[in-house]
Amino acid sequence: MPSAPTLLQAESVFREYRLGETVIRAVDDVSLAVEKGEFLALLGSSGSGKSTLLSMMAGLDRPTSGAIRVRDRNLAELEPDELARYRRETVGMVFQSFNLLPRMTLEENVELPLRLAEVDRHDRESRVAEALDRVRLGARRRHRPSELSGGEQQRGALARALVNRPAILFADEPTGNLDSVNGEQILLLLREFQDSLGMTIIMVTHERPLAQKFANRIALLSDGRLVSDGAQR
Amino acid sequence: MKTRDLSELAVRNLREAVLRNSLTTLGVAVGVASLVAMLSLGVGLQTLASQRLTRSGLFDAVFVTSQRNFRGPRPPAPADSASKKESRSLDEDARQQLSKLSNVTEVYPQIRFVTEVRYAGKSETTSVLGLPDSSRSSGAFEGMTGAYFSSPTADEAILQIEFAKVLTDQPPSLVGKDLTLRYAERAALSKDDGGDSFFPESMMGSATPGGISIVPREKTLRVVGVIESDPSAGIGGFGGARVYLPLKTAEQLHVAQPDDLQAFLSGNPAKPSYMALTVRVHSPKDVLQVETAIKQMGFATFSLLDATKSLRLVFTVFDLFLGLFGSLALTVASLGIINTLVMAILERRREIGILKALGATDRDVRSLFFAEAGAMGLFGGFFGVALGWLIGSALTWGTTIYLHKQNLPGVKISYIPWWLAVGAIVFAIAVSLLAGLYPAARAARLNPVEALRYE
Repeated sequence: MPSAPTLLQAESVFREYRLGETVIRAVDDVSLAVEKGEFLALLGSSGSGKSTLLSMMAGLDRPTSGAIRVRDRNLAELEPDELARYRRETVGMVFQSFNLLPRMTLEENVELPLRLAEVDRHDRESRVAEALDRVRLGARRRHRPSELSGGEQQRGALARALVNRPAILFADEPTGNLDSVNGEQILLLLREFQDSLGMTIIMVTHERPLAQKFANRIALLSDGRLVSDGAQR
Repeated sequence: MKTRDLSELAVRNLREAVLRNSLTTLGVAVGVASLVAMLSLGVGLQTLASQRLTRSGLFDAVFVTSQRNFRGPRPPAPADSASKKESRSLDEDARQQLSKLSNVTEVYPQIRFVTEVRYAGKSETTSVLGLPDSSRSSGAFEGMTGAYFSSPTADEAILQIEFAKVLTDQPPSLVGKDLTLRYAERAALSKDDGGDSFFPESMMGSATPGGISIVPREKTLRVVGVIESDPSAGIGGFGGARVYLPLKTAEQLHVAQPDDLQAFLSGNPAKPSYMALTVRVHSPKDVLQVETAIKQMGFATFSLLDATKSLRLVFTVFDLFLGLFGSLALTVASLGIINTLVMAILERRREIGILKALGATDRDVRSLFFAEAGAMGLFGGFFGVALGWLIGSALTWGTTIYLHKQNLPGVKISYIPWWLAVGAIVFAIAVSLLAGLYPAARAARLNPVEALRYE
């Protein structure tokens, strides 16, 4: 069976932080390739560098050295506006703390990436409705985040991440603030997106059982280094 | 992001954090209000002062005398060619010529005479003055008991209260009553009218065409007002008299004047000349030009031009001080805006991180904060102007109450011209945008990873 094309490739990526005189190496020479449609779990304990690696792959941060190539473009070399465009058009992001804007309703939160991408006003309504239906929150669209449960908020954040139809969905500890039932629901949704939309999913987690249950592949990081990288199923 | 989306988001952000943004906007409004109130007070006082001074007739008048007149204010020693011209008689022709000069609004003689006033069996001698119709708007008669003359030719009189007290114990009761003026009427005589000539023809010689007669007359006038203060307006003004008549009424009386003797001696008693004429101009700035033109016609002039120069100096210093105080208020307001916006950005770090994670560019973030700052400036500007107007109105109200307690008419001491209102709003927006410059740039520069980590 021919393998899927590589969508994202990290090449000898380093990320260092300077804290006074001390240099802290958060990511230490990591190289990995992610294929299109893959569900990759970056597994590791707290401080292992997995979230830092994810931030660089999502275009939120730049490596100190090395390259991160997405569709043959090195993110480290992109101008700030090009990097913003990459975040707007190519990736969707889900965070541990949901990060919905509390002053906006759920549908306004979901509409936000479409506003930033200057999507035509007429198209927005249908795309927001479609995204909310996918996460089964159509009935709660006028509610504010504070009126939603943790699981609902994370599903709302998922709707916001996929409304721009991104090629890659990055999830940083998406179940970290949820109970096991809600956590599983979120991961089921991620799998659903992977299967039905062909979306590539890169998830950071420290929960090995969840990673083993839902991801196709687990990359284990420890002290900023890639310790193991293997397929699950 | 499109401008419409940007505006919607900005307004939405302002509306949602209603308390914080209202307080920020209020801060802008208070700053603008203090500036507007201060400047409106300055403009109001300046307007009031210039209106009062202009209406007083002191600064928009040129007093004209004939150079051969031996009375009245003497002109400075002739130095220029204009004053070397032959002196002319200040007669009716001269009056017509003066009234045709550009920027001249009115030319009137000073008619002042001593007369006997009879009322309820009492007879008192006092001085009478004719008032030009323009004195109606001089402000000198505000707060008077009764009313100003009903027409420029009415047979009416206004009495100064001290004189009214001589006539009755209840001066206000004189309003509506009639009194009688006894005066000496002057009339020119032809050569044939020798009967009651002031000088016998034998004394005049053959060159004298005629003489003048002086006949006692009476005139009944209705009292329309009693004025407490002396409506003095300086040199050539209304001061000093006790009974005031409309100027045209006074002219029609043909009361014998000291100049009649001069006219008689000059050989043309049928063509009376004036002791002095007052030439009113459009505004004090026209005085110099009109005064020069009159001098070139061969008359002596006097004006308070030097006094207006001093007045301008006073106003310039006054404006300077107001501007200084206004700038202080403005500086405080600007610092308040900067502080509030910086605090707002610190509070919204996480929001900025989320926007950036969703693909907002630095420019999007900067524009959003700029739009919010501008909107706060706009609303703050509007509220500030309204608040400034309220403060000004309160000051006017308080001053009016105080003045009324002092038996003085109320005055409007605060005035907001359109340019001040529009300028204050534009200025509030400009200051807010300027104040938002640093915070917006700081927000745009935020690292999204650090911003998202911020709690």
